[in-house]
Amino acid sequence: MDLKGMRAAAQMGLRARLERLGGTVTGQVWRLGYASRFLGYMVLHSGTAMRRFGLTMKEIYFAGVLSLVIILVSGLFVGMVLALQGYETLQRYGSSEALGVLVALSLVRELGPVVAGLLFASRAGSAITAEIGLMKATEQLSAMEMMAVDPIARVVAPRFWGGVLSMPLLAALFSAMGIFGGYLVGVQLIGVDAGAFWSQMQAAVDVRNDILNGVIKSLVFGVAVTWIAVFEGYDAPPTAEGVSRATTRTVVTSSLAILALDFVLTALMFTGGP
Amino acid sequence: MNRSTIDLWVGVFVAAGLGALLFLALKVGNLASFSTAQTYQVFAKFANIGGLKVRAPIKSAGVVVGRVADIRFDNESYEAIVAMNVDSGFQFPRDTTAKILTSGLLGEQYIGLEAGGDGVMLKHGDRLRLTQSAVVLENLISQFLFNKAAEGKPEEKK
Repeated sequence: MDLKGMRAAAQMGLRARLERLGGTVTGQVWRLGYASRFLGYMVLHSGTAMRRFGLTMKEIYFAGVLSLVIILVSGLFVGMVLALQGYETLQRYGSSEALGVLVALSLVRELGPVVAGLLFASRAGSAITAEIGLMKATEQLSAMEMMAVDPIARVVAPRFWGGVLSMPLLAALFSAMGIFGGYLVGVQLIGVDAGAFWSQMQAAVDVRNDILNGVIKSLVFGVAVTWIAVFEGYDAPPTAEGVSRATTRTVVTSSLAILALDFVLTALMFTGGP
Repeated sequence: MNRSTIDLWVGVFVAAGLGALLFLALKVGNLASFSTAQTYQVFAKFANIGGLKVRAPIKSAGVVVGRVADIRFDNESYEAIVAMNVDSGFQFPRDTTAKILTSGLLGEQYIGLEAGGDGVMLKHGDRLRLTQSAVVLENLISQFLFNKAAEGKPEEKK
């Protein structure tokens, strides 16, 4: 009896574990589907955000303009560090003139979109989630529905478009500031020849292959981060704990999404064809 | 925060962002030399292209006159066929020589064109007859070693 009972218990344990695994997977798939339908609904109901562009303007202000300081300062320092580190390695091979190429390509292709996206996720994404989550917790969204105002069209869509429009501009500013920082350290401080710095950079950086692909990357990251942020906010349990967890989840999920998408996009853009 | 202040700051932000993009395109990239000008295509066969890549520059007297459009392998002559897009502004004689050269010691490879003396100019679809393949370092070293060995032999006989 004992053996039989133990086997039954083990089977129950296995069954419960499998059930839990299945439940987690279906839950995640369901959530992904919900998030996709949410995105579709939001894009379809963006009429208000476009017609009353002042609403979107205000969100560009909150997501973009207020992120300017952190983006510009980080860009400057990332560029300066790149120049210092790059010079150390390049001068061993006697090609310190290629410093401009190194700084510009790493910023325009990778660091600009990725680091600006990570900063944007923690600076603006978390704020969007917290704001929408709190509006839900304090029943402002329900109140809007009571007044026959669609909260997705009135509250969520402007924030989404504000973030999507801000992100490429922020990434471009980050790259430009980083290249300026690299110029400051490389040319002004270390003394790399200014002419070689710029001309080699211009010879190596391609407008379509490098700059346009960087802009596309930042646009994709902008959509991903803002989508995750508004969805987490809208989906947050209407409690203080729920909102705080949703905010944390926004930062973690969107950072992981940026890194994963960056790998996929880099694999598609910069390998295979020349 | 009133409406016009927000509009002003958003305007500043968007202008700065577009300015940064313009800076990247003009000062960092080479939009100025990003020509959509008319080109004509000529072909050349090389026994060995070394590390030549598609979109590598084509230079004549050091000036970029075009880009490599395509590189194929010809299964009949066992040679590489390189298609080159040359800017229509630059006309070359029919007996122009195409060489695969390297910029610097370890730099990227490009095609150098040396104009001949023929009065007839190259047309779209023409093939360059005179070509010189890329220098492969291993072949160069082995040639050098063979020469050395050949030089050494007579001295032994003495």
